[in-house]
Amino acid sequence: MRRVYLDHGATTPVHPAVVEAMVDCMQNHFGNPSSVHSFGREGKKLLEEARANVASLIGARPEEIIFTSGGTEADNLTIFGVARALRKKGNHVITSAVEHHAVLDACQALTKEGFELTVLPVDEYGMVRVEDVKAALKPETILVTIMHANNEVGTINPIKEIAQLVKAHGAVMHTDAVQTVGKIPVDVNDLGVDLMSLSSHKIYGPKGVGALYIRKGTKLSPVTHGGGQERKRRPGTENLPGIVGFGKAAEIMARELPEEMGHMGRLRQRLIEGLLTIPDVKLNGHPTERIPINVNVSIRYVEGESLLLMLDMKGIAGSSGSACTSGSLDPSHVLLAMGLSHEVAHGSLRLTLGRDNTEEDIEYVLDVLPQIVERLRAMSPLYANKEG
Amino acid sequence: MYTDKVMDHFMNPRNVGEIENASGVGEVGNATCGDIMRIYLDVEDNIIKDVKFKTFGCGAAIATSSMATELIKGKTIDEALELTNKAVAEALGGLPPQKMHCSNLAADALHKAIADYKAKQEEAK
Repeated sequence: MRRVYLDHGATTPVHPAVVEAMVDCMQNHFGNPSSVHSFGREGKKLLEEARANVASLIGARPEEIIFTSGGTEADNLTIFGVARALRKKGNHVITSAVEHHAVLDACQALTKEGFELTVLPVDEYGMVRVEDVKAALKPETILVTIMHANNEVGTINPIKEIAQLVKAHGAVMHTDAVQTVGKIPVDVNDLGVDLMSLSSHKIYGPKGVGALYIRKGTKLSPVTHGGGQERKRRPGTENLPGIVGFGKAAEIMARELPEEMGHMGRLRQRLIEGLLTIPDVKLNGHPTERIPINVNVSIRYVEGESLLLMLDMKGIAGSSGSACTSGSLDPSHVLLAMGLSHEVAHGSLRLTLGRDNTEEDIEYVLDVLPQIVERLRAMSPLYANKEG
Repeated sequence: MYTDKVMDHFMNPRNVGEIENASGVGEVGNATCGDIMRIYLDVEDNIIKDVKFKTFGCGAAIATSSMATELIKGKTIDEALELTNKAVAEALGGLPPQKMHCSNLAADALHKAIADYKAKQEEAK
């Protein structure tokens, strides 16, 4: 049976060259980068090469990158670290309703420390409005954290315009760029952000590694304590093989991004066009301002998990914002924030493309999916009502 | 996540469909929660001669609907009333804990269909 992986928004396969670099690191360069001997120095050299590669991918300086255990830790470190460091200046934080839970939950936790939180709504495409950010800023605002692109619907936010407003106001601007780095060109100076979260396993690197870009001069209190690593901002012995893998993935991505964008953009367009020929299917997210790997549709009268299970039986891996895949009763907070009804949101399907996908993969999905939808609709009392 | 039996009933659901002029129809759940189950009964001489279902929901919702219909076909109304959601889940070899609450409503739908059948019987008297 053909196997088609279309869940690259969740994680990507590790690039063979990344695996090779990691294995070499583990076998031949196991020294602790903090040690002064030659074994340690070899490790330190690899660490700094990886840092330079990651920095280069986003137009940063190496000393502005600190490694973390992933995007979630980078987000948490930003939110707690900046808020606590600037507590004397103000206590107001702004975010959006469609952020990843790594941001939303951390921001909610901040309120227990006495911080005030504003959660901005989004438009029908899942985009944060610049004017809403402007209206929410107040003298006490110290931090604004808005994601670059949404992980579920792929909509790209106007971060450059938002950052200009925030900086002019004197607050700190963070963006969670886990879904954009390696998908579209991302430059911290062009965007004008102070902090940016990155994740290795979204760009064909290993899991459990991420990075936080911190613009020079940005105040940030460490969240963990116990060592001087990563400029005392993230203590603990570095995950060297993981970081080396991340660095290799960043190096490859910097070289291959233009070609990948073109390839995935074409596949995405074909997939969207094909899906929209199925009756009662709606594209979620912005029609043009979206990352090239993301397709998200609502398929009315079917439920997301059933769809995923049947696709899986045909070898196709996707994801859904359906409640039944998350263990909660509510479907995706992103789709609900965009104004979708619970019923429609339950029938969402996210297909996220990667470098190894082919036109044949897309045609296979477009052949299989309508049959599955028809089968599930035949079973659905909602569809029977619609027909009646 | 799901047992082989759940997957079997999900992929090959038994008794899908509607019964015209059903003796009783029961529906539970709502689209907001992501699960709707509708069960149709054909009852003769107090025995469930036929049963069909339509379900909008997750894998567990479809599998429990299918299993519930299997368990009560040919049973008397009183026997069918004894069916519980727990028994349906057990017949499937168990369900993940998070699915017990929202997906295993099949016995409830059946009980509503029986109540509808009984109400119709009363009306006919």
